[in-house]
Amino acid sequence: MSLGLYLHRVSPVHAVPAGAKMLALLAAGTGLLLFPSLPVLSGALVATLGLYALARLRPREVAPVFRLSAFVLVPLFALHALVSGWEPALVAVLRLAVLMLLATLVSLTTRASDMLDALERALRPLARFGLNPARLGLLLSLTLRFIPLLATWLREIQEAQRVRGLDRNPVAVLVPLLVKTLRTADTLADAIDARCFDPEEPS
Amino acid sequence: MIRLHAVSHHFGERPVLEGLDLTLSERRIAVVGGNGSGKSTFARLLNGLLVPERGQVLVEGLDTRKDARAIRRKVGFVFQNPDHQIVLPTVEEDLAFGLKNLKLPPADISTRVTAVLRRYGLEDFRHHPAHLLSGGQKQLLALSSVLVMEPRYIVFDEPTTLLDLRNKRRLAQAIHELPQTAIVVSHDLELLRDFDRVLVFDAGRVVVDDVPSVALDAYVRMMA
Amino acid sequence: MKTRDLVHVALFAALMAALGLLPPLALPFIPVPITAQTLGVMLAGSILGARKGFLSLLLFHLLVAAGLPLLAGGNGGLGVYVGPTGGFFVGFLPAAFLIGWLTERAWSRLSVPLAFAINVLGGICVLYAVGIPWLAVVAKLPLAKAAWGSLVFVPGDCVKAALAASAAVTLKRAWPLIQPPRSASPAVPPPSST
Repeated sequence: MSLGLYLHRVSPVHAVPAGAKMLALLAAGTGLLLFPSLPVLSGALVATLGLYALARLRPREVAPVFRLSAFVLVPLFALHALVSGWEPALVAVLRLAVLMLLATLVSLTTRASDMLDALERALRPLARFGLNPARLGLLLSLTLRFIPLLATWLREIQEAQRVRGLDRNPVAVLVPLLVKTLRTADTLADAIDARCFDPEEPS
Repeated sequence: MIRLHAVSHHFGERPVLEGLDLTLSERRIAVVGGNGSGKSTFARLLNGLLVPERGQVLVEGLDTRKDARAIRRKVGFVFQNPDHQIVLPTVEEDLAFGLKNLKLPPADISTRVTAVLRRYGLEDFRHHPAHLLSGGQKQLLALSSVLVMEPRYIVFDEPTTLLDLRNKRRLAQAIHELPQTAIVVSHDLELLRDFDRVLVFDAGRVVVDDVPSVALDAYVRMMA
Repeated sequence: MKTRDLVHVALFAALMAALGLLPPLALPFIPVPITAQTLGVMLAGSILGARKGFLSLLLFHLLVAAGLPLLAGGNGGLGVYVGPTGGFFVGFLPAAFLIGWLTERAWSRLSVPLAFAINVLGGICVLYAVGIPWLAVVAKLPLAKAAWGSLVFVPGDCVKAALAASAAVTLKRAWPLIQPPRSASPAVPPPSST
């Protein structure tokens, strides 16, 4: 899978297993929630930027990813500064920024497939709920296969309804899209069964 | 050989197939008929995707009611719209899907995938996302994904309906060259001219069962 | 689960992603543009039912958490979950489950107003019940402020609940998938299934 945020490098950060990185992120999140002081946060920020350097990620590559976070953080800082002064504002926003930086670092340095493996292991207890981990791989691949197709159908249906002057009516777009999706589901299920797939098998 | 004994099937109140008794042993068998004549339902009976309400479908003596899994290894199925049967995101993954279900060792899977890619000139597309293929390439991939499993029979449900003329000819050529028994449901009469046998369906019954020169003419007169 | 159920789960996860590609809809009188993704949550619950709807959103979350930029605006990765709006995304899961659970129970007398009420309950009440406290904790905002700030989304979400309700009732007629719980009558097999 080449989709996603992953940037390939040979670095110690990339080498850490996905599960360990996610646990570390969880620990860091808890720590920052418990000790939200300016010195601790500044130290955490420096350490985080150090990790980015260690992962050999260049600021220019990483910048687009953070533009989305800035949309949230800047207004939040302004709001906090107005309500409770600049120091609490800085603490609140800095904590968020460090956490988001760390989380993004995990996403940037871990392949989507490795991440999915780790998540799959974490989800094992959900098997009771009807989610057979062995089937998860097929589900993930099927979803990836059908995202571009559904996006195309959505566009086609919007265009068809525009010709009829119905493009401002979302139900006129949604219902055909859903019917097409469900009709495809029936054939697709037949096609999967026809190729000797056994949904019940534990494998 | 595929045999149907007194097969009937309804959807709700509506009969779709009535009292079919057939023995299919020719190498190229065509199935034609108007919309709603029961031919798609018939196709789905042949590999146990659908089990008939009454009667029996036997593939080399195995009953689709009891041995659906074993039968699906023998009977491959190519659908009308390749977008509805390509299961996995890339060409290679999709070709390997059925082979993994057959529990073949990875080395065998790789050998068979390479062979089929070469056979249909898709080698350069091995790691290509399936949704970026052209319509003709998608239909060839759909056929390859079935062929790679080496079934003895292949059922086609209107395989050329969505293709342009050039790709129709290419697929017709591919079907022509198959060593397997092919049972083809189609409206594309040109595709069926050189077949061994044509079944004409009407209202859930086989009304003509003959060689193409006779059966196709009868069908054209029926539809006039 | 049958193959067809697995396929439903996967296709609705893909539908969530496709809806995320829609440009956010700007409505008059509402300062914040609304995105179509909560609509996907409501549709998954009210068309697939509780179990499949929940699994479908769980699958969608796995792909987002793994780093695929599938949330509206091209957002994705673990950063989403530690951010201020993370609660609204996590809230997708219980929201879809509750919508599905209630839809299953209301199935035989499902009407547009009833489906609308179910979608408001799950898609707005439950979603906000997870999202607002999360926002308050993560952004260090007082709970009341976080709640007030989220209110701007309510009109847009009501529009989505109405759309989902109308689509769900139409689909119930055209393509019923949900079986009401503990029904004595055997399910009607759909055409061409095993």
